[in-house]
Amino acid sequence: MNHIDSHLHVRGESQFVDDVPPPPGMLHAAVAGSPKAHGIITRLDISAARTAPGVVAVLTAADIPGVNRFGPIIEDEELLVEREVCFIGHPIALVVARTAHQARQARDLIEVEIDALPVVVDPREAFANGDLIHPPRTMAAGDVAGAWSDCDVVVDGRCEIGGQEHLYLETQRARAVPGEDGAMQVFSSTQGPAAVQHVVSAVLGRPMHKIEVDVKRLGGGFGGKEDQATHWAAMAALAAAHLDAPVELVLNRLDDILMTGKRHPYSADFRIGLTADGMILAYQADFYQNSGAFADLSPPVLARTLFHAASAYFIPNVRVTAAPCRTNLQPHTAFRGFGGPQGMFVIEAAIAKAADAMGIDASAIQRANLLRDGDVFHYGQVVERSRAERTWDDLMSSFDVDGILRRVAAFNRDSFAVKKGCALMPVCFGISFTKTHLNQGNALVHVYADGSVSVTTGGIEMGQGISSNVASVVARTFGISRRRVRVESTNTTRVANMSPSAASATTDLNGNAAIIAVETILDGMREVAAREIGGAEPATVTVADEQVRIGGEPADMSWTDLVGLTYRARRRLSAHGYYTTPGLHYDEEREHGHPFAYHVYGTAVFEVTIDCLRGTYAVDQVKIVHDLGRTINPTVDRGQVEGGLAQGMGWMTMEDLQWDAEGRCLSHALSTYKAPDVYFMPDDMAVKFLEPEDNPYGPLGAKAVGEPPLMYGIGVFFALRNAMKAFRPDAELTLDAPMTPERVLLDLHRGDITRSTPSTAHGQPLEVRGST
Amino acid sequence: MATPTRFILNDRLVESSAPAGLLLLDFLRLGERLTGTKEGCKEGDCGACAVLIGELAGGAVRYQPVTSCLVPLAEVHGSHVITIEGCNRDAGLTPVQEAVVEHGGAQCGFCTPGIVVSLHGLLLDESRGLALEDVKYALSGHLCRCTGYRSLKDCAETLDRRLGSRLNGTGGADGVSGPNLTPRVAVMASAGAVPDYFTTIPERLRDLRGESHAPEPHAEPEVRIAGGTDLYVQHGGEEIRDRRVEVLNRRPALKGIRVRDGEFRVGALTTFEEFGADQYVIESIPRIRAFNHLIASWQIRNRATLSGNIVNASPIGDFTALLLALDARVVLDDGGSRRSVPLKGFYCGYKQMDLRPGELVAEVAFADPADARVNFEKVSKRTCLDIASVNSACAIRCIGDTIVDAHVSLGGVAPIPLYLHETSQALRGRSLDQETAWDALRLSQEEIAPIADVRGSAEYKRLLARQLLIAHFVTLFPDRFAVEAFYTGGMS
Repeated sequence: MNHIDSHLHVRGESQFVDDVPPPPGMLHAAVAGSPKAHGIITRLDISAARTAPGVVAVLTAADIPGVNRFGPIIEDEELLVEREVCFIGHPIALVVARTAHQARQARDLIEVEIDALPVVVDPREAFANGDLIHPPRTMAAGDVAGAWSDCDVVVDGRCEIGGQEHLYLETQRARAVPGEDGAMQVFSSTQGPAAVQHVVSAVLGRPMHKIEVDVKRLGGGFGGKEDQATHWAAMAALAAAHLDAPVELVLNRLDDILMTGKRHPYSADFRIGLTADGMILAYQADFYQNSGAFADLSPPVLARTLFHAASAYFIPNVRVTAAPCRTNLQPHTAFRGFGGPQGMFVIEAAIAKAADAMGIDASAIQRANLLRDGDVFHYGQVVERSRAERTWDDLMSSFDVDGILRRVAAFNRDSFAVKKGCALMPVCFGISFTKTHLNQGNALVHVYADGSVSVTTGGIEMGQGISSNVASVVARTFGISRRRVRVESTNTTRVANMSPSAASATTDLNGNAAIIAVETILDGMREVAAREIGGAEPATVTVADEQVRIGGEPADMSWTDLVGLTYRARRRLSAHGYYTTPGLHYDEEREHGHPFAYHVYGTAVFEVTIDCLRGTYAVDQVKIVHDLGRTINPTVDRGQVEGGLAQGMGWMTMEDLQWDAEGRCLSHALSTYKAPDVYFMPDDMAVKFLEPEDNPYGPLGAKAVGEPPLMYGIGVFFALRNAMKAFRPDAELTLDAPMTPERVLLDLHRGDITRSTPSTAHGQPLEVRGST
Repeated sequence: MATPTRFILNDRLVESSAPAGLLLLDFLRLGERLTGTKEGCKEGDCGACAVLIGELAGGAVRYQPVTSCLVPLAEVHGSHVITIEGCNRDAGLTPVQEAVVEHGGAQCGFCTPGIVVSLHGLLLDESRGLALEDVKYALSGHLCRCTGYRSLKDCAETLDRRLGSRLNGTGGADGVSGPNLTPRVAVMASAGAVPDYFTTIPERLRDLRGESHAPEPHAEPEVRIAGGTDLYVQHGGEEIRDRRVEVLNRRPALKGIRVRDGEFRVGALTTFEEFGADQYVIESIPRIRAFNHLIASWQIRNRATLSGNIVNASPIGDFTALLLALDARVVLDDGGSRRSVPLKGFYCGYKQMDLRPGELVAEVAFADPADARVNFEKVSKRTCLDIASVNSACAIRCIGDTIVDAHVSLGGVAPIPLYLHETSQALRGRSLDQETAWDALRLSQEEIAPIADVRGSAEYKRLLARQLLIAHFVTLFPDRFAVEAFYTGGMS
């Protein structure tokens, strides 16, 4: 089945927040952000803005009736700055006007003077200053210190890993509509309606039941709207409450990039030790997370970096430490993978460097160390139902990876200026919120008298297909056509306290909750049907293809008959389902436990071509074997795998976030920040799903699919690096990401180009002449 | 503006007295509440706001996809503008829409309407088919953050199977026909691939042209807009909206490409796409379309003009780099008299040029390069629709083994689009050998002064400048130069 709303999308009829016809008298807001990355506000003059054409109000921190302090983990952030600005774009004031144009024009008239304080953009500098969001965390297993002496090869290194802009096509936005008796309705493009509800409630000083948050769909979220949609919704609500009028706030792209956090950049040191035959004995890494100005979701992002620091490999001796370093950048936040990708990149970098030192292909080390059942992760969870080796071996045989490697080697022998590279990338990603209490789901199911069905869950549709999955799960569990099922907007009056749609777990949690609700209704229906037919056991009643069956035999009763009978029998046609993931526990003191319900596995292979003269490159092919469990909607799942792959490839190549020393984001627009386009993604791309196997934790045996495929993208970095190695086998090549054409070219021509004479693959001196 | 802007919007005539410089996107979304057109970036980089603009060309209407975030409202006076709503049939889906649904090409749905619009534009483009490369061409200006594009690429096969056989010379045979329809529109309407009302547009546009006068330009405009593809990115629609705007595309005299006496005379408002599609240009610069592929997306090339690229004076203007290598002249018109300035002498500092008050670029002229070899190089973070870190163009004419004329440009390495005077001069009269190349590399390094910015470090740009010059030699004279020779050292 396809995406449930795709027939609306292709006609331009699906509505996003500001596509809905505006209520009468709606006003528009624009945010004035700090022009400096760090300092104390000494003067704030809003008078000129206040009297600008169309402006009805300019709000500052002083206008907040409730609490001006919030944050998902640590409440360290102000909605509007009271005194100290901490990053460029940090919201200071809110201009409300008749039109968005007027609001944005007027905000430029706000005068703010700031006494500058030192600006820190480098996480290691923040670490040296002791400026951490919380103390460093360490996860360890075995005895790393004692293991180095047993190793035949020990390699050290350092990685700088770039951040990533979410680049959801729909920027942040919200519309707030005041109601009677202090009620506030908020239409928000958020992955976390409960968070929005909580913060709006706090900011307005009203109980949560007065705040209704409604979300129909998002034009992409990717983590960027998990927690950071809250600010804009709360500002719209603040203005709406202040003016008693509907207010809409839509960030334009420049504001969005300027004011919202991104995937965390990291700096990391690693040391890896192996035996001569490639078994990894010990691994140590120190991660400096560039957390940005506030805690936001940095603490759990950091935890996931540590959980995934050993990636898909079993390493008996591990010690990994991470520190969340406070800098004067946007507060960095959730982004598909949630810290996992950075952890996995560093171990792959370590393996690549070890392979360089040992003169072997990294894939030999990768394959030899893949996780097996019975191995223990460094955080104490026992590996069960591992698919690491199976997906790897399936990939090798399904896509003739040895053939690719042979062809690449042959090509490189015959070609001087154009080189090919190949790399494999195994993925093992833990499914569940690592904050264990978030692993709960809710669903509300109504069956109407005509047999049509309405479902609300706590899950947010952001393109990932939760609506399609929930509709399929409900339809299949009832035994009816998906056409009968409508998935409603996500709304805090229908489902309370929902966890954000994140951690790849949205379908698991909410799909399972929906099944529980459906089963509750079906229980009554079975009794009604059994009584109607006379003498049948309720347990033998089933519905399939909208036909009631007794003991598998069709009865003279359709789905709509059954619904009517159930209604007249005064049995429930509505139910709330509630689900919690079983078996999860984690002790943060001991950094030990069972934080994940299960893991998702897969392996990818990349073939790339580098033009060594220009430093440019193309991805020739990507092939993936991915473990889905039993898929609910193959089209939806394939879309998730391919889309995650593209995002991961972009992160590793062209997506190049840059800040200057003053904390100014230089790649602040789509003209300066580039994401994969139709030409970048290879035409030769295939995804094979591993032989279906039920996953006991997923609805209908499914496995989560949202985040894991992003990390396949790490493979493109090492494929490019391998191609570079073919041109410069002598050189020590970069382990810094992203691998931009600049990094490729400079690395291939490392050294002062006017004087140095590095040698080439052909053993000749690299004569580069010219003067400066 | 005294006269309102009148045009056909989807199936109805609209008339608006909104400011001439108001962005078409804002007019559509805020004024008309046509919310299927999305705002993604307002920089022409994402394509979420794509619409088709149809204009009478001969007796027919020629449609082009453009990003409505870079189009001033007054521009569409007398045109047919098609938004996603205008692509919809009353009931059901068009074949493009069905294909996107079938392949799972719509996930979050925000980029989808723009993509569907451009694919309809592909169906209506006489010069293109429905192969994979055609679909990629149509999607070149679109960002999708959800799909990874495979599902969208797969639409090619479905569309080709369904509509491909109708593309070949069937004209308007299948029922809907008219003497003034372009065959494509007729074919697609009869196939149900576009709504039937499309077939009524040529006549309605002619009527519109007959009955209304184009808006009078301001006597003293503050802002002159050509394609707007850089102007709106640099200054933003909000800044320009309330200024006195002149929309230059309303001056048809500034369009068109003529070749006379061995010289190309290119109207200043010729778009990149028109330039790359011109038969004379293709004959003289056979790889122009490959260059265009590096320069921008289809949607942007449909808007971006040669003169706009020149007067932006961006140090990394792609077309400017190419025109410098063609040793082009800029013909300037102040409304009364004309003068001609060599492009290589046109720039006098960062964004400074030899342009007097009241003067407009009227024409770009250059000698027919048919007997020269022309190459254009560009490196950017993303190969397509990105701004260069460094770009370069080179035109070399030889007689036998001797270089008789040479022009080399480099962009992104100086405050201005740089013509390499010394390097070009030094090449002339030299023989096509390695020593000549070494000298060119050395001289070019002395002529440049790159600075670091978001597109690269100074060190990188200096290295890249050198590499692109090597690329010119090995690309233009593959039988004389090999990359290896530039790495293995020693004088040849």
